[in-house]
Amino acid sequence: MENIAGTRSGLVWSVNLAVLALVLLWTIPTFGLLVSSFRDRDQLTTSGWWQAMFSSAQNIVFRAAAVETQRQNGAQWVIAGSVLGPAGGEVKAWGISSKDPTAFAPGAMATMADGSSATVAVDGAYRLSAGKAFEGRSPRLFVTAVTPPRFTLDNYRKVLFAQGLGRSFLNTMTVTIPATVIPILIAAFAAFALAWMEFPGRALIIATVVGLLVVPLQLALIPLLKLHNQLGIGKEYLGIWLAHSGFGLPLAIYLLRNYMVGLPREIIESARVDGATDFQIFVRIVLPLSFPALASFAIFQFLWTWNDLLVAIVFLGNSADQLVMTGVLKELLGSKGGEWEILAASAFVSISVPLVVFFAMQKYLVRGLLAGSVK
Amino acid sequence: MQQLVTASATIVIGVFGCVGYFFASNLILDAIFPPRGPNAGRNISRAAGVRPWLFLGPALILLSVYLVYPVFVSIWLSLRDSTGARFVGAANYTWLVNDVKFRESMVNNFLWLLFVPAAATFFGLIAAALTDRIRWGNLAKSMIFMPMAISFIGASVIWKFIYDYRGEGQAEIGLLNAVVEFFGGTAQTWLTLPFWNNFMLMAVLVWIQTGFAMVILSAALRGIPEETIEAAILDGASPLQIFTRIKVPQIWGTIAVVWTTITILVLKVFDIVLAMTNGQWGSQVLANLMFDWMFRGNDTGRASAIALVIMLLVTPIMVWNIRNARREMR
Repeated sequence: MENIAGTRSGLVWSVNLAVLALVLLWTIPTFGLLVSSFRDRDQLTTSGWWQAMFSSAQNIVFRAAAVETQRQNGAQWVIAGSVLGPAGGEVKAWGISSKDPTAFAPGAMATMADGSSATVAVDGAYRLSAGKAFEGRSPRLFVTAVTPPRFTLDNYRKVLFAQGLGRSFLNTMTVTIPATVIPILIAAFAAFALAWMEFPGRALIIATVVGLLVVPLQLALIPLLKLHNQLGIGKEYLGIWLAHSGFGLPLAIYLLRNYMVGLPREIIESARVDGATDFQIFVRIVLPLSFPALASFAIFQFLWTWNDLLVAIVFLGNSADQLVMTGVLKELLGSKGGEWEILAASAFVSISVPLVVFFAMQKYLVRGLLAGSVK
Repeated sequence: MQQLVTASATIVIGVFGCVGYFFASNLILDAIFPPRGPNAGRNISRAAGVRPWLFLGPALILLSVYLVYPVFVSIWLSLRDSTGARFVGAANYTWLVNDVKFRESMVNNFLWLLFVPAAATFFGLIAAALTDRIRWGNLAKSMIFMPMAISFIGASVIWKFIYDYRGEGQAEIGLLNAVVEFFGGTAQTWLTLPFWNNFMLMAVLVWIQTGFAMVILSAALRGIPEETIEAAILDGASPLQIFTRIKVPQIWGTIAVVWTTITILVLKVFDIVLAMTNGQWGSQVLANLMFDWMFRGNDTGRASAIALVIMLLVTPIMVWNIRNARREMR
């Protein structure tokens, strides 16, 4: 109805445009990082990712090959090579001093302070020649070049194998999977008792669970770390599995109870009349029927434990066999804040799994959200 | 690899352990109170009195150890010195009240509380209302919802890249500075601008939470009875009037739920501040301050006191939630 009355082409257009603007605003940040993670390190720091498809002008400070590589050519000593990498490009100007880095056109010949001469060609080939052997450090060349767009998988190769992110990926899996599976079972039994069994104190327990939903994690950290240290599981995977299970339980119980209460009473009553025990009713009837709610919670808990940083840095150590990916990202941000190619690739490895889960199971996630927000 | 094997073994042991516990405890209960024989009736009712507690047992133990017990220990620790060895009365709290960083955190948390829930709910409501009216609405929703799946720390990397500052004479690679320069402004180091850097951090959380608000509010909007809208159309209301006068008033309850849920999240926000500024340049918040005192300050007394302040701020919402839940159960 509303659409029939509200359909004016101008309005429809503006709604479409507004949504498009919103969608762009919400996706561009992630997209920018994705593009950046495939870019060449030098290009990444000299031009914005939105220019990734175009050639970019770069100012390169190039130190000529070491003096050991010089060859004797008649009376001349020569150092030669290319100022541009294998991807090539085009030299626009060059110079021999940082004061005037664009002094010469490509192909021109310059005379250095020590009498040697230098030249840089359009394709980046340079040649230094002198009447006597070069000594000490080889001279620097300042080049302004336009380089073609370069995309590379090197960043990913580097972070996964050289930087140890592959190991952290495994660590994250190790934390996440048990921390997702264990609370589901415990919560399912509790939720069934709270939904379908009559006993004194039931309302109080439900109220407590609702209250515990919002208890800030910060409150639990110090006491539990002390407790874990006393038990000897202070920096063990067992400790973090238990911690994640405990912190996830209120939401799990709340979600599952809300869902189970809504199951048709007749099914459960008739099973009781037929002589089924509570245990049988739970395992044979309620558990299979509750699959959507179980899936919803599993996704929540998976995303939460995978993305968690706080619990991991408190309950796990910093060593290579315990550092999770969020922890790696945190350390990278602290120590290598400028190395965007490393940060971008690492961040993408870390968010790729949740994104896949998100897009594959969005239906259950939405359903869980709708049931889980305290009404 | 070996630890994945350990993890899988734990899952198997954990799962079988749980199932085994529930199964065995039920068997034992039935053996003690057999539902047959001369006392069958009495036995069944007795067993029915015990069984719920068998089902609830593991959950209650975990909940008490991991969520209830820490509340009391924290209160106890907050009244003791940095190592928890000596009773110091309210010293930690008087220190808090006079601490510059704590005051800064309270002010900033207050800013976060004002801005983030409001902005996320507002954008969520707009997105919900608009995407419900177009054909590719579901795709649009997915895209706006997507940041929900990204970790706070991942989002911090994404946004730090947007706020990046290269300095004069260099091409800006941060999107925000590039846009500012495009419109003729000067590039800024956004994350060190006092006061305004708070909003730079808040934008990250708004970006993440808008999808959540949108999903819930969109469901609520669809649940509005058609008759009310039809009546408004017949009375000649414009689409905007229908939205603000007919639809929004009917979903106030849901808006309140979204608002409070995001509020709770805001009070606990930690990762974003830690990763982007670590509380420098006047951007400290309570949760990060608490973490600072816990790990760098090594002072359990002060850290616990700060954690209790966070708890105190959450309490009104907790009470409100419990009252709502109880009303619903009746």
